[in-house]
Amino acid sequence: MSVTTASEARRGFSFSEYITCLNGIVWREALRFLHQRERFVSALVRPLVWLFIFAAGFRQVLGISIIPPYETYILYEVYIAPGLMAMIQLFNGMQSSLSMVYDREMGNMRTLLVSPLPRGYLLFCKLLAGTAVSLLQVYAFLLIAWFWDIAPPTIGYLTVLPALILSGLMLGALGMLISSGIKQLENFAGVMNFVIFPMFFASSALYPLWRVQEGSPMLYYVCEFNPFTHAVELIRFALYGQLNLVSLAVVGGCTAVFMIGAIYAYDPSRGLVRRGPGGGET
Amino acid sequence: MPPRIVLAVAAAWFAAASPAAAYVAYVSNEKSNTVSVIDTESWTVTATIKVGQRPRGIEFTRDGKFVMVAVGDDDTIQVIDAKTQKIVDTLPSGPDPELFTQDAAGKIMYVANENDNTVTVIDLEKRARIGDVQVGVEPEGMTISPDGKILINTSETTNMAHFIDTATRQIVANVLVDARPRFAEFKRDSSELWVSSEIGGTVSIIDPAKREVTGKITFDIPGLRREAIQPVGIGMTKDGKTAFIALGPANRVAVVDATSHKVTKYLLVGQRVWHMDFTPDEKYLLVTNGVSNDVSVIDVAAQKVIKTIQVGELPWGITIANKP
Repeated sequence: MSVTTASEARRGFSFSEYITCLNGIVWREALRFLHQRERFVSALVRPLVWLFIFAAGFRQVLGISIIPPYETYILYEVYIAPGLMAMIQLFNGMQSSLSMVYDREMGNMRTLLVSPLPRGYLLFCKLLAGTAVSLLQVYAFLLIAWFWDIAPPTIGYLTVLPALILSGLMLGALGMLISSGIKQLENFAGVMNFVIFPMFFASSALYPLWRVQEGSPMLYYVCEFNPFTHAVELIRFALYGQLNLVSLAVVGGCTAVFMIGAIYAYDPSRGLVRRGPGGGET
Repeated sequence: MPPRIVLAVAAAWFAAASPAAAYVAYVSNEKSNTVSVIDTESWTVTATIKVGQRPRGIEFTRDGKFVMVAVGDDDTIQVIDAKTQKIVDTLPSGPDPELFTQDAAGKIMYVANENDNTVTVIDLEKRARIGDVQVGVEPEGMTISPDGKILINTSETTNMAHFIDTATRQIVANVLVDARPRFAEFKRDSSELWVSSEIGGTVSIIDPAKREVTGKITFDIPGLRREAIQPVGIGMTKDGKTAFIALGPANRVAVVDATSHKVTKYLLVGQRVWHMDFTPDEKYLLVTNGVSNDVSVIDVAAQKVIKTIQVGELPWGITIANKP
């Protein structure tokens, strides 16, 4: 943020102008989300299906080993709740990247990028907007999960917020980076197959890593290097009022790398967007 | 932030973080032949005391100064000084003592001797054996009525709850319950006697006046076979409103509304949960998990398991009192 403040001084934009811009983008995203009621429902149904159906079938899987941050035996649904929260954010990140492809195809992107404010700032606002939407979804999920007896300590609902913002930014930035390379809306199915599913399954969202290590040491290393694993663990620890430093470092680092990559990619003068025929921004 | 909110947040924080009152829990570890001492402020094991072979039944004396532990394979009961945590004496039980109970004054102790089909009566002041009562095969569960007049002993193989008159030391009634009765507990107001049946998978509710079974509590945990549900230890709150029942290999403690006799909740704990005891303020309930070698701590008001602590091998019994 301090970078934008410096550039603000240079270009002579007032703080309130930055806020107006942020407001505009966040509101547009929020309104879009709220108007698409199906999207809200489907964003909730997805993790709930996992919780109510998948977890019910695997209820007896855990409960034989206590791993941090848990201090006692837990049911499987309690274990996968943080993973499902991260899944909501993963889908949301990819979905907002999808919306960027759509915006590009429809020409709305041009309206956005025509703004005189720095491009990096605009993209950051877009990221924040996407993250805010994912927060709405995650807290709605937590509310329903509470009735399902998944009740982390009350303070956890507060301490998980910064973790959710950071992981939301990371997954959103990743989506943005990927969307810069997608030329058409139809290619999104590929993102599902090549990004969302591998990231989700090769992580600690559904099973603890010690279990994975027992089954396949190779897969264990894949999971360890998967930034999504660290997003899940950051959320898991934060939900119980604890800080996982390694995960914080990984998620923080990945957020920075993905964001810089996305800003670079969305710069028409050098980025990936310009390349190839049919690139959205022409 | 307005100062009032800061204060409220700080107060909530301290309330949440404030440690339990200073209690100490003694856990008998059947396989490692030790007793683990747990501090309820830090929830850590602060000492491990070497005792005789196969320690099971364990209880503080009423004055809280000593801990008595039945060491079955040594055919005796050892007395641990709670201050020095050293074994200071033994009590003369019959062969293979398993569970025992004391009268309200803490003067007389009754011991179930598993291999001898007897209950031994011990004078705790003189630390001497003063009598025996012949009971069914494999006696185990022991409890005494709140008025001290009736002693209950359950026998595992005979499947009975024996009512023993404490004055005459004679069996006055036998009540048939489901297979392998393990544990018995009176409601504080003497209105009901609960007996858990491990193989039968039920808890029988007995009317102590009529001496007959008036109801049964059954358990049903989705995804678990019925045979895996084996009720053993019972804990009842002083107000008689809530009961907790350890379900053995089901790895769950059932929370039961003690008035309607309906199960309201199942709490996941460690493997083969066996016996339990409340902290004296009834804020926490500690249960022993035999196969996973640990003790789970249940927040009684919240009905939530908050922590699990590693102890010795095959933890069996537990007793909690004020720190000496």
